[in-house]
Amino acid sequence: MTAAAEPISELKLEGITKRFPGVLACDGISLDVRRGEVLALVGENGAGKTTLMNIIMGLYRPDSGSISVNGEVVQFRAPGDAYARGIGMVHQHFMLVPNMTVAENLALGLKDLHHFMRLDIKGAAQKIREVSERYELPVNPDAYIWQLSVGEQQRVELVKTLCLGAKLLILDEPTSALTPQETDDLIERLQRMASELAIIFISHKLNEVKALSDRVSILRHGAVVFNGHTANHEPSELAALMTGHEVTLPRNEGSGLQGTPLLSVRQLRVRGDRGNFALDGLDLELRAGEVLGVAGVSGNGQREFADALAGLRPVESGEILFQGRNLANKTPREIIDSGMGYVPEDRQTEGIVPSFSVKDNLILKDFAAKKFSKLSFLARKSIDRNAEQLKEQFDIRCPSTSTATGALSGGNIQKVILAREIARGPKALVAVYPTRGIDMGAQEFIHSQLLERRREGIGIILISEELEEVMNLSDRIAVIYKGRILKVLSAVEATRERLGILMAGLADTDPPPAAGASSLPAAGAAHE
Amino acid sequence: MSPDVMIYNVLCLAVPFSVAILIAALGENFNQRAGVFNLGCDGIMCMGAYLGFMLPYTLKGGVMAPYGNFLGLLGAMAVGAAFGLLFALVTVTFRASQGIAGIGLQMLGWGLSGTLFRHFVGGVTGVEGIQILPIPYLSKIPFLGGVLFNHNPLAYVAFLLVPASWFLLYKTPWGLKVRAVGTHPRAADTMGIHVDRTRYQALALGGAMAGLAGAYLSLCQAKMFSDDLVAGRGFIAVALVYFGRWSPLGILGGALLFSIAQSFQLSMQVWGIKFPYEFAVMLPYVLVIVVLALARKARQLGPTDLGKPYNREMRF
Repeated sequence: MTAAAEPISELKLEGITKRFPGVLACDGISLDVRRGEVLALVGENGAGKTTLMNIIMGLYRPDSGSISVNGEVVQFRAPGDAYARGIGMVHQHFMLVPNMTVAENLALGLKDLHHFMRLDIKGAAQKIREVSERYELPVNPDAYIWQLSVGEQQRVELVKTLCLGAKLLILDEPTSALTPQETDDLIERLQRMASELAIIFISHKLNEVKALSDRVSILRHGAVVFNGHTANHEPSELAALMTGHEVTLPRNEGSGLQGTPLLSVRQLRVRGDRGNFALDGLDLELRAGEVLGVAGVSGNGQREFADALAGLRPVESGEILFQGRNLANKTPREIIDSGMGYVPEDRQTEGIVPSFSVKDNLILKDFAAKKFSKLSFLARKSIDRNAEQLKEQFDIRCPSTSTATGALSGGNIQKVILAREIARGPKALVAVYPTRGIDMGAQEFIHSQLLERRREGIGIILISEELEEVMNLSDRIAVIYKGRILKVLSAVEATRERLGILMAGLADTDPPPAAGASSLPAAGAAHE
Repeated sequence: MSPDVMIYNVLCLAVPFSVAILIAALGENFNQRAGVFNLGCDGIMCMGAYLGFMLPYTLKGGVMAPYGNFLGLLGAMAVGAAFGLLFALVTVTFRASQGIAGIGLQMLGWGLSGTLFRHFVGGVTGVEGIQILPIPYLSKIPFLGGVLFNHNPLAYVAFLLVPASWFLLYKTPWGLKVRAVGTHPRAADTMGIHVDRTRYQALALGGAMAGLAGAYLSLCQAKMFSDDLVAGRGFIAVALVYFGRWSPLGILGGALLFSIAQSFQLSMQVWGIKFPYEFAVMLPYVLVIVVLALARKARQLGPTDLGKPYNREMRF
């Protein structure tokens, strides 16, 4: 991959169509973008954005349609062809080999550094230094990828793509794993770079789209439903176009008066997968009838916290007191029976058995209960009745309750899980990233379900990296950082900025006076 | 017998024992680094052993006789590479399960070599084979000379293959590609690396090395062929790759540990130490199992996509 032969001045897509088995991912899409311009491509998950970009990069072949660069029709068979014409992409899931250095990752793509039996790794490092200086994207070429934070990896991806000679950058949800500060920083850098490049910016965060892009195209179900200049449209208008209907996500309008303490976590220490203490003295208190948001950049112990609460990971020390009983190191069965509900992070592998039918997944935790079994045989009739009822109540959209659950959309899988957990009548519910990657309609439903349970007096721990979600739903928000709760804020105190600063691990400098009755004595505040 | 003589004997014997598993494991390491584990290594070694024996055996007495051994080694590598490519066809192009395909390949190599041998040769026959080549001067060094510099030429080759594989993996463009396709094939693909092609190449090289390892057994060690010559060494080689955490130096360490254990148990029998020899024979294998079971699974630096076929159009 050498630098592009000529600077790219225009990329045009016409009538791009791509089918996957059972899905029409792209349906006659036409788009164009020019040098010096930022085009935002907006749409819900599954709208076909990423597929379309993979087609541009030559990773997928379109079933029909054409791509032209500077007015000349091109056919890319592999990403190398796209790079040769100056088109580069930063994928949502980073395309970096974790056990290699930054320079080695770049050297993979720079064929002119490949000599017989010799790899010019110094040349790659040199190139990285040049580009990172020119675009003010600091990167250490000798660092191993696995040692870098997500934000740093993002920078490496940008530098790598630029080193490969890209003049048209495709950025696929580049901010999805960043803290608010890192996001602002990235947007600012991109604004500076935009004058000499063309950028396609994919996102469903409309405030970022508004801040960065010149034009916006909206995809829905694989087709372009809207083209326009960003400046002329309000985010709410774009949101309605994106989902096809007016969306108003429900908010927690609670009085802030919670019930009795339900769950208290004390000095919890849990090891992560690499043997380090991913939770290092975590304190938290949950009350009945409140939503306690746990905000933080992913990788700060959220997964380990959820695992420990569900009994899936051994607790080294500390207590999980649930209604006076210590659940630390109890088996998942004991924890389930004690009245704890759990909506796991990875819905496909932990939440359901994908090949089981919807009705079987709905009784996964109660298959041995009297209700669903007779003389240790499954009581099919009551299982069917249960499924039909929950399908109705939770608006689970499936052809029948005998359909394999794995075949449903993410939103509907999540509804199956939520239905199962709520139908069991839990006293507390742990929901981990409950709306990650699901469309706004299902998101709306899940949010209102959670708030309804809160009104019924269930205590809910909501672990999420989406600030909007946490702020909309929570009574109190605990910020988790490096395995500890850095601070617990009441919903009134919690602003985007304050949470962002805390999530980055910076001390909260000037706490405003506690507002109203909603601020409870914060269990974790001792760890500031 | 004094202890130092005993140690000397054990070490002298350990080096030849380590050659075949070392070469095969270094080859398997290329396979696994590229993301494909080839359980058929053992079968490829059988084929290599067969051809390594068969070529000099047939050429004996003819005009080509002086080149017999060399052609035997070459033939073994060629048949190994061919089996490697066959395995690539099945697992990379057709994306068959690597475990099952590997067991199939092992049975194919084992059965085919035995059948061909019985058909063309039959009974027990020897070849002259490749003789020991003491290195001038160096082999005269007391103790070390005997342990390190008084071996078959292929033994020296095997030990030189350790730094050579390291160099190939870490210092050449090809090695970079191999490591990338075994760890994050999609990333490699987006960087213009041909994932399948690189895996084919790695499997061909790994196969050729397994073939060479087999030829060492027939041509250098036993100087004959039989069905049970390889005796599961291919599986030991696969285990050594895990043991050595995909690093050539680690693999060398594992190969030496295993062969020292083996030569120790043989020596024990020779010394007449009262110990059920069945247990002694088990020792090296037990050692490998114990070490593998205890080894912590730090795969941070290993090929994390090992065993998974790559399909560009598969969605996340």
